[in-house]
Amino acid sequence: MICQCFGRSFDLSRIARRLGETADLMVGVPDYDAYRAHVKSRHPDVEAMTREAFFRQRQAARYGAGGGFRCC
Amino acid sequence: MKFLWPAIAALGAGSLGVVAISRGETVNALWLVIAALCVYAIAYRFYSLFLARRVFGLDPTRQTPAYAHNDGLDYVPTNKFVLFGHHFAAIAGAGPLVGPVLAAQMGYLPGTLWILAGVVFAGAVQDFLILFISVRRDGRSLGDMIRTEMGALAGTVASVGVLAIMVILLAVLALIVVKALANSPWGSFTVFATIPIAILMGLYGRFLRPHRVLEMSLIGFCLLIAAIWLGGVVAADPEWARRFTISGTSWAFTLMGYGFVASILPVWLILAPRDYLSTFLKIGTIWALAVGILIVMPELRMPAISRFIDGTGPVFAGSLFPFLFITIACGSVSGFHALIASGTTPKMLENEAQARMIGYGAMLVESGVAIMALIAASVLQPGAYFAMNAPAAVIGITAVDAAAKISSWGFAITPDALTQIAADVGEKTILSRAGGAPTLAVGMSQILSGVVGGRALMAFWYHFAILFEALFILTTLDAGTRVARFMIQDLAGSLVPALRRTESWAANIAASGLAVAGWGYFLYQGVVDPLGGINTLWPLFGISNQMLAAIALTLGAVVLFKMKRQRYAVVALVPTAWLAVCTLTAGWEKIFSPVPAIGFLAHADKFSSALTSGKILAPAKSVADMHRVLTNDYVDCALTASFMAVVLTMLGVGISEMLKALSAATVTTREAGNDLPMFRPQL
Repeated sequence: MICQCFGRSFDLSRIARRLGETADLMVGVPDYDAYRAHVKSRHPDVEAMTREAFFRQRQAARYGAGGGFRCC
Repeated sequence: MKFLWPAIAALGAGSLGVVAISRGETVNALWLVIAALCVYAIAYRFYSLFLARRVFGLDPTRQTPAYAHNDGLDYVPTNKFVLFGHHFAAIAGAGPLVGPVLAAQMGYLPGTLWILAGVVFAGAVQDFLILFISVRRDGRSLGDMIRTEMGALAGTVASVGVLAIMVILLAVLALIVVKALANSPWGSFTVFATIPIAILMGLYGRFLRPHRVLEMSLIGFCLLIAAIWLGGVVAADPEWARRFTISGTSWAFTLMGYGFVASILPVWLILAPRDYLSTFLKIGTIWALAVGILIVMPELRMPAISRFIDGTGPVFAGSLFPFLFITIACGSVSGFHALIASGTTPKMLENEAQARMIGYGAMLVESGVAIMALIAASVLQPGAYFAMNAPAAVIGITAVDAAAKISSWGFAITPDALTQIAADVGEKTILSRAGGAPTLAVGMSQILSGVVGGRALMAFWYHFAILFEALFILTTLDAGTRVARFMIQDLAGSLVPALRRTESWAANIAASGLAVAGWGYFLYQGVVDPLGGINTLWPLFGISNQMLAAIALTLGAVVLFKMKRQRYAVVALVPTAWLAVCTLTAGWEKIFSPVPAIGFLAHADKFSSALTSGKILAPAKSVADMHRVLTNDYVDCALTASFMAVVLTMLGVGISEMLKALSAATVTTREAGNDLPMFRPQL
């Protein structure tokens, strides 16, 4: 969906996807599609993790040593 | 367009003038907001560009680690707006909300000026600089870079320093929660309710719909709002209210037990889901507060400069220099950001040139949050502000005593007004709830109820704000306990290798117990302190945080010297020098000041001379208590001295490294892509 305002066009579905990506990354989960694409193109011999396994792997990594901590 | 920047400069200068010069009449908070926005715009457009082009020489054509080591997991080229959100969420915490609230006791002007000047010339520079040097080094961590650039001694000293800071940070954050929840059945109920809510979310995200972060957060959010409403019902019922009225000391032990259990449990059960909830709640609340301030346009009722700049204030002890700077801490410069800027962010940067927007820009936004916290504290009646933040030992425990005492300082307030505020927000009393969270919550509830709900919803907004702060402080508490646990296992593991095995239950329990005992000790000491604890612990936290910033900036300056860019190193050297002077002066005063409220040794003297003449001074109730107070003083003293020793060591090593780099004929630092041994992450 394209929205025209301020003389520029904005792709709303792309903005929505980016917002979702931002929300996921804020809690330490990067883009799954990018991961899959990366494994497919660069490591064709390796099987990519499923969405569920990817999520669990990232969750464990975030709160492993030194991760997930914030301050101020 | 030719006149755009001069116009912004004029607008900023004018607004700052209004904020600074008005006396006698109240100033609208909007002037403060405009002044801050203009300062940020100019600093970003000009100073950060100068840093990017001249000082660092950012190279948009250089490959970033995200591409060089792309693994789809840690190293992922990420859109700059997405990464900005991630970076901001990681640096934004409780600090910038608390420091400015405490600093408001000197009036809003000194705090505002330091938040603006500090972020432009120190805080944002530090974040940007560390992000830059980490990107050039494969996204290595701060400790790693200190070791390679400044040697093993500096590396070890810095990592012991970070562990000490962590302990103090966790203690002071826990204390803020205790101060907000003690004897508040409404607040206590909602905070307890977050545990089943988090577990429910955790199970949902683990077994029902994995990878649906927003979905589970939305469910959690709805349950949270229901819990706040239910909390009001609980507080109104005498029997239930009695059960959820929990004293400060009981809360302290509850938090310690909780931190211990939560750091051992699997992360997906409580820690991760609550982290999601608190992250989104925090971002949402910051937005809501910003919109609230713009719609309501409240008047600042706090004077521009209060009489307490002389150092006699009840909220924190000590004069404007250095304690105002130590108190504000994170809102203008935060050493912790150096850990984030050398953590996940550099591994995801798409292009080196974007380090400017993410490193410098995100810190400007963080400073904006600090300005909003200062506004929220300053819209309160000053009398109410002091009633909430002054310790019971100073203003007494009844509204009548407190009102009389505070009015005698020149901030007129009636006992009825104090009782009315408490009733409005659904509490029995608001007296002596130091620590920033309750003050911010009352300020926020006044602003937000001006947008939605009016007085009827004030209690709801107050408890929403309390819950929001408690939630992300608790998240920091268990994540921090985990991190401290790993640090301890790593440090102790070099002596006893068995302790390093993170899959061993015995090792985990021992290290978690040590971590909790560390912050628990300072927390308990703070809770029983008649001066409220924040008085002692917040300056210690501020000193340690600013010390870490000084260390990070020293590293930055060393790297600039090694890059043979020393003629620009002044951008790092000036803030380093300032932070060093601040932390060392503050540390010195905390130890040696003859005023017992400031100096640990003077305080210890007071207690030991009372002991010899057979007297018992509050908070001690027995001779054994008196001895414990003395021990606390000496522990605090030793901790402060060790912080100072860390700063001095790092400065010494830094200066010698700079001199070495200066006498070398060529560039002596090693960047990735030069001769740095390639770092290969595994897939």
